[in-house]
Amino acid sequence: MSVAQTLGKQPTAADAADAAVTLSASRPSLARRTKNRIASGAVVCAVALAAIPLALVIWAALTRGIERLDLALFTNSMWGVVGQGGGLLHALVGTLLVTGATALIAIPLGLAAAIYLTEYGGQRKLAGITRRAVDIMVSIPSIVAGLAAYALFSLLLGPGTRSGLAGAVALAMIMIPVVVRSSEEVLRLVPGDLREAGLALGSPRWRVIRKIVLPTALPGLTAGAVLGVARIIGETAPLLLVAGFTDAMNYNLAEGRMATLPVFIYTQWSSKGLDTAAYDQRAWAGALVLMAVVVVLQLAARALPPQIAKLRRNR
Amino acid sequence: MRAAAVAVSLVLVGVLVFLAVKGSPAFTAGAGELPAHAANFWALAGPLAFGSLWVAVIALVFAALPAIGVALAATIYAPSPRFGRFLGAVLDLLAAVPSVVFGLWGLMVLAPAMVPIYEWLHRYLGWLPFFSGQPSVTGRTVLTAGMVVAVMILPIMAAICRESFALTPPALIEAAYALGATRWEMVRTAVLPVARSGIVAGGMLGLGRALGETMAVAMVLSAIPDLISVNLISSQNPSTIAQFIASTFPESTGSQVSALIALGLVLFAISLAVSVVGRRVAQQGVSR
Amino acid sequence: MTATVPTSITTTTTPAGAASPAGAALAASETLTLAAEPPGPPGAVGSMSITDVSCYYGSHLAVADVSLEIPGRAVTAFIGPSGCGKSTLLRAINRMHEVIPGARAEGSIELDGVDLCAKEVDPVAVRSKVGMVFQKPNPFPAMSIKDNVLAGLIIRGQRPRASAADELVERCLERAHLWDEVKDRLKKSGDSLSGGQQQRLCIARAIAVQPDVVLMDEPCSALDPISTLAIEELMRDLARDYTVVVVTHNMAQANRISDVTAFFSLASAGQPGRLVESGPTGQIFSAPKVAATRDYIEGRFG
Repeated sequence: MSVAQTLGKQPTAADAADAAVTLSASRPSLARRTKNRIASGAVVCAVALAAIPLALVIWAALTRGIERLDLALFTNSMWGVVGQGGGLLHALVGTLLVTGATALIAIPLGLAAAIYLTEYGGQRKLAGITRRAVDIMVSIPSIVAGLAAYALFSLLLGPGTRSGLAGAVALAMIMIPVVVRSSEEVLRLVPGDLREAGLALGSPRWRVIRKIVLPTALPGLTAGAVLGVARIIGETAPLLLVAGFTDAMNYNLAEGRMATLPVFIYTQWSSKGLDTAAYDQRAWAGALVLMAVVVVLQLAARALPPQIAKLRRNR
Repeated sequence: MRAAAVAVSLVLVGVLVFLAVKGSPAFTAGAGELPAHAANFWALAGPLAFGSLWVAVIALVFAALPAIGVALAATIYAPSPRFGRFLGAVLDLLAAVPSVVFGLWGLMVLAPAMVPIYEWLHRYLGWLPFFSGQPSVTGRTVLTAGMVVAVMILPIMAAICRESFALTPPALIEAAYALGATRWEMVRTAVLPVARSGIVAGGMLGLGRALGETMAVAMVLSAIPDLISVNLISSQNPSTIAQFIASTFPESTGSQVSALIALGLVLFAISLAVSVVGRRVAQQGVSR
Repeated sequence: MTATVPTSITTTTTPAGAASPAGAALAASETLTLAAEPPGPPGAVGSMSITDVSCYYGSHLAVADVSLEIPGRAVTAFIGPSGCGKSTLLRAINRMHEVIPGARAEGSIELDGVDLCAKEVDPVAVRSKVGMVFQKPNPFPAMSIKDNVLAGLIIRGQRPRASAADELVERCLERAHLWDEVKDRLKKSGDSLSGGQQQRLCIARAIAVQPDVVLMDEPCSALDPISTLAIEELMRDLARDYTVVVVTHNMAQANRISDVTAFFSLASAGQPGRLVESGPTGQIFSAPKVAATRDYIEGRFG
């Protein structure tokens, strides 16, 4: 039905009869149907564009990583290895130590800050400042966190120091805002009347928080923390700067260079020996192990209650 | 609790102070004290800042439409809520792949696969400045790097878009359908106008992420630090700030380190500016 | 009540000189299988015939076996207790139920002899012939008042040129009894209007695409009494040119505005809703045939 037809005088019955053309005539025009179909097709293509790289990366990690996925990989370091053989035990231990240290710094600090923001902060100035600080920290590029940790440790201990602890400090700068945000969101989901019920019984505020608020929010807080760990466990750049790299085992966070899994992958590629295939194989095997760790962490967080679903993307 | 809140703010102040203290000498450093034989700090930072923005913009161009499409697929076009959740899980997984793994993949799988495509682009579109000159034989070009970074920022952008699409009032969706809209016409009338600020905010967040992305670019891109070029397929590529820091830092000492730290400050300033703009746009959307 | 009150379901007053569009439709259309004879008497433009319609949400049967004649160019009211499926049935008429995942309808709903439920009929086409006004006013917030009226055309990519658009906007807003209130601020957002004005804007938007039928799902339940009165007056007025079907909880409203009333009910919660009785409004309210209808109307119902 044309616009000209739609216009005109007050609609009369004759107009109505005119307008009451058949359904087939009021069927959307070919152009409209085509546009609609193109849009639907584009949406399907977009899904494919997101899914295909993921599938290809997983496929590459599986097929190329499996070649060196043997027991020796998990029982050997790279000490003295220049060609075939060797393993990533030193990097695995390093990742565990550095990630553990990061979690020990970031989770208590981030959680406590989140409790302050939700339970005590209100409209106070400090709460506003803290929120803004968290917002800014989220946008710190990870390599800049590495530089900051390097600057801190070289101010304290002299230039050129590298240690697992410095790496943990760098990663904590990345993880703290993640933990604060996810914890704050979870704590806000705890219904206010639960708190009021506790306060009405005459309990002091901190007791209500400890006995009522935190237990209620515990699954969500745990999921947030796990996702925070998943977020930093694959970080490479800051560790490359401040934890450095070594072929040897190092169990001491406070002293000496410490290998980690992501940096292991990078250096297997960047500083190859003569037998390049062996290095590539180890790099892919490391990638496969790292992907497996990340997937397990994701699944663990996903197994926790659904109300924290949105936190998963709060990175 | 109060102490923790103060401590979080102090961490940020600390980051800025440490970077400023260790980085400030570089701003006045002369030739000979800087890496890459730069005459002064800004001659070093300028081309690298260009490279960072260039790669980030390429990534944004590649990722923007797919991100919006995936977000639509997970909300409006999802045949069932279950499909939407499944797609969300795929995106989470994509977001969780460590950048060093993407780097390895981009370098060893994607780059070689792109070589024939670059030769084709050069043959037929070589008259454009983007595709002129000898194409790279390794495929480790700025276009490949941009594509890898695009894959990495896609889930972040899609997540933000998805949240704002999911907030479309059902009443508006019904209003559009009741007027005889096709699904696409409904999306254009009811969903996109309301979500516009969310889309822009997602784009800004993605851009910020792309600017700071280090490892994937460091591994994929074969770069020259003082080059400014818009060629997408050459073996002569500009470098990015993050890549330059990561690849130069391990062998640097003294004044060179302080130059790299100052570069970090510049990168921080750029990504902060991008995220502030993004947040402002998002808030505008909320208040409207 | 106005002069258009029919004496029975099957005899409806129509504007003088109305030709049966169903005949024209038959002649014009080769692509649709049409009923040999349009139901209802000649001249009943926009009359509908609902036959054995059942609506499901997934496996849950919400409305069962409704058969009902809806006269053209008159107001038909659906009344009944909550959950009786009257809104569900209303949404099935322009296939809005298909927007909800898992919802489906069986049976046939014919508009001037054309089955709207047929598989080969595009729901988009149905909705441009059968408009809908919702419980809560829902103007598009990103559009001006003027663009809201034109929304149906803008959506189709058929935005008319300036003078034609102005004319159409004025005509539809006048028809929706809103022109005088908004003519000085057509460029403002639809959000700036009061609830009752927004609802009339939505009505103007619905009639701008020239539907045959306007469905209204409790259009006054979110409005104050004054706005309600304005909408009621408007509904009566609209019935001169459109078939109006309105779902309402308000018994007095149904009595005031409708020509035909259909009473729906359900045996108990979880059971499907059914049509209990329908007929001319006067008869339903004064002499219902079924006891359940009388109980409900007299307020003795649950």
